[in-house]
Amino acid sequence: MTILQIIAGGLLLGAVYALFSAGLTLIWGMMNVINFAHGEFVMIGMYVAYLVVTYLHGGPLVFGPAAAVVLSLLGVSVYFGLIRHVMRGPMIAQILGTFGLALLLRYLAFWLFGANFKTLPDDLIPGTLNIGGILIGMPQLAAGAVALVLTIGMHLMLTRTAIGSQLLAVSEDREAAMLMGIRPDRMLALAWALSAAGAGIAGAMIATFYYIVPTVGESLALTAFVVVAFGGFGSVPGALIAGLLIGVIQSLSAYVFGPVLKDVVVYALFVGVLWVRPQGLLGKIA
Amino acid sequence: MGRLLGSGLLALAVAFPSGAMAQGNIKVGVLLPLSGNAASAGQQSKAGVELAVEIVNGKHPGIEGMPATGLPNLNGGRLEPVFADHQGNPSTGQSQALRLIQQDKVAALLGAYQSSVTFAATAVAERYGIPWVVGDSVAANITGRGFRFVFRVTPVARDFAYSYVDFLRDLKDHGMAVRTLAIVYENTDYGTSIADALRTAIREAGLQLTADISYSANTTDVSSQVLQLKDRKPDAVVFVSYTADTILYMKTMKQLDYRPKVVIGDDSGFSDPAFIKNVGAIAQGAMNRSAWDIGKPGSVTAKINDLFKAKTGFDLDDTSARNMQAMFALADAINRAGSASADAIQAALAATDLQADQLMMGYRGVKFDATGQNTLAATYLIQLQGDRYVAVWPARSATAGLQLPYKGWQ
Repeated sequence: MTILQIIAGGLLLGAVYALFSAGLTLIWGMMNVINFAHGEFVMIGMYVAYLVVTYLHGGPLVFGPAAAVVLSLLGVSVYFGLIRHVMRGPMIAQILGTFGLALLLRYLAFWLFGANFKTLPDDLIPGTLNIGGILIGMPQLAAGAVALVLTIGMHLMLTRTAIGSQLLAVSEDREAAMLMGIRPDRMLALAWALSAAGAGIAGAMIATFYYIVPTVGESLALTAFVVVAFGGFGSVPGALIAGLLIGVIQSLSAYVFGPVLKDVVVYALFVGVLWVRPQGLLGKIA
Repeated sequence: MGRLLGSGLLALAVAFPSGAMAQGNIKVGVLLPLSGNAASAGQQSKAGVELAVEIVNGKHPGIEGMPATGLPNLNGGRLEPVFADHQGNPSTGQSQALRLIQQDKVAALLGAYQSSVTFAATAVAERYGIPWVVGDSVAANITGRGFRFVFRVTPVARDFAYSYVDFLRDLKDHGMAVRTLAIVYENTDYGTSIADALRTAIREAGLQLTADISYSANTTDVSSQVLQLKDRKPDAVVFVSYTADTILYMKTMKQLDYRPKVVIGDDSGFSDPAFIKNVGAIAQGAMNRSAWDIGKPGSVTAKINDLFKAKTGFDLDDTSARNMQAMFALADAINRAGSASADAIQAALAATDLQADQLMMGYRGVKFDATGQNTLAATYLIQLQGDRYVAVWPARSATAGLQLPYKGWQ
């Protein structure tokens, strides 16, 4: 029974890992840029939820979309204001550019919101589901469900729609895409908007059961990088599978070997998988 | 020439009997986690230390009875705190201590919240012969290294462990037998030292330790720890945790419907104002230790609390209050030393003898042994009832009745 409880918890955690990692892998797949500020995007999503709940008294149906809108605007501005310029520079400029952005956003949050921990009210998404003794918190269930739907939605959009084809076209061959009448700048800005919106929604959903603090992005981002590398750079379904796997492995190993060893198990497995498949589970060999 | 200069100085001193020729301001370096996971506790402690310095410097004449108020021996010299952020990182703590000593030329140091940081950074102060007063880090290994310049005002792990066990044995009188215990502790010096002391105290008391769970405070998920507790069913659980993880524990315990008979939080996370504000409503009846109590309206402690509340919007918590007390003890020593000389301040600290009525905390006094540990430190136990902690143990200092079993969110 306890084992089932652990697996259920791990899957829900993993679904949220998948959601915020999907945006990261999208940007990597499109333009070979690692966005080190992705964790901060999640953090801002959490604060958007906090502000909406505190000042507008809105529920998840308000702050979810609000976080998506705010973050997609931020994503577009980051693309036009920063990424487009550093793309012309060397690789190291891109890495340090997004890293600098991460610090800027984190310390802006310190300035605006202070260092104190905040949480959303406990009864925002009330209740706990009891399935034959397995307890699942409604906030976690809602976050997991939203994450699953959005990650699958993002994958379908990339593979089944005209916009998705245009996005992939730009990522495969920018010149050829331009000749086909696609404007790469718009597509890349769209990718940033989608990626940031995913992070924002993930943040807003996590905020219903997590604490909010300017540094919260740090610990979440680390997991996201592992998920992306594990699942395969640029693969949204890979991020989904890797997210779920890592969630379950973390929970199981924390219970079996003790919480201190859970990350040892996860990262050992991670290194092992990369040794056999350096491109990740579903990644393509470059 | 020397005589000429000397008489010139003398003339100046006569012309400006106070002020201009005064002892310069004395800088005190204060290391705290002003960013990072423990930033909220660090910022509160910073406000507390600032307030203590204001009181010592004579800005709040309404506060009477604190030692060294007005710094009479410094000829108008004032204390000047220099804050440094170590982000909870021991190596940053060391480099910040070095910077404060070498660049800011501080006369003494104070800090640094996390035991792991204090342990590492005090070694730097010892090497350079700058006195360091530890306000709130409780790991046993911080003292007892043969250091001359490290002094600790707060009670330590051993004092707390025996308090917890004594309290649990006293529960028999409340008709509640506690036989089994679990310790859940974060795995740096702070958590492990409390856990070590607790294991000894538990064994000596003939209680049974049914779960011994260490974890990293940076964890993003604590459900497996809570599930382990749920499986082992201890009567009482002692959490040794920082703020972020404490919030996660309380939320996860509610989500997994887990309520032991007694929940004891060892200060840090449970004392951060963010704890009551964010999860107080679902952690009703949680026990905590505190050497700080607001006291009756009109008392010195209540007045200090009013000043702190006006400054920060929060009631003073145990962690910040212990750091304030450390600042008062240091100010008392600097005043007695009458100079910024590190050796004079060290000697004054070693000779410290503060009585209980000169303190804002519930210690029996401040008097350091050869290792630098305050031998008169003590603590009470408090319980979260409604939206504040009330003193409930020992009975002689209780201001409210003990309410058990642990209610949590009900």
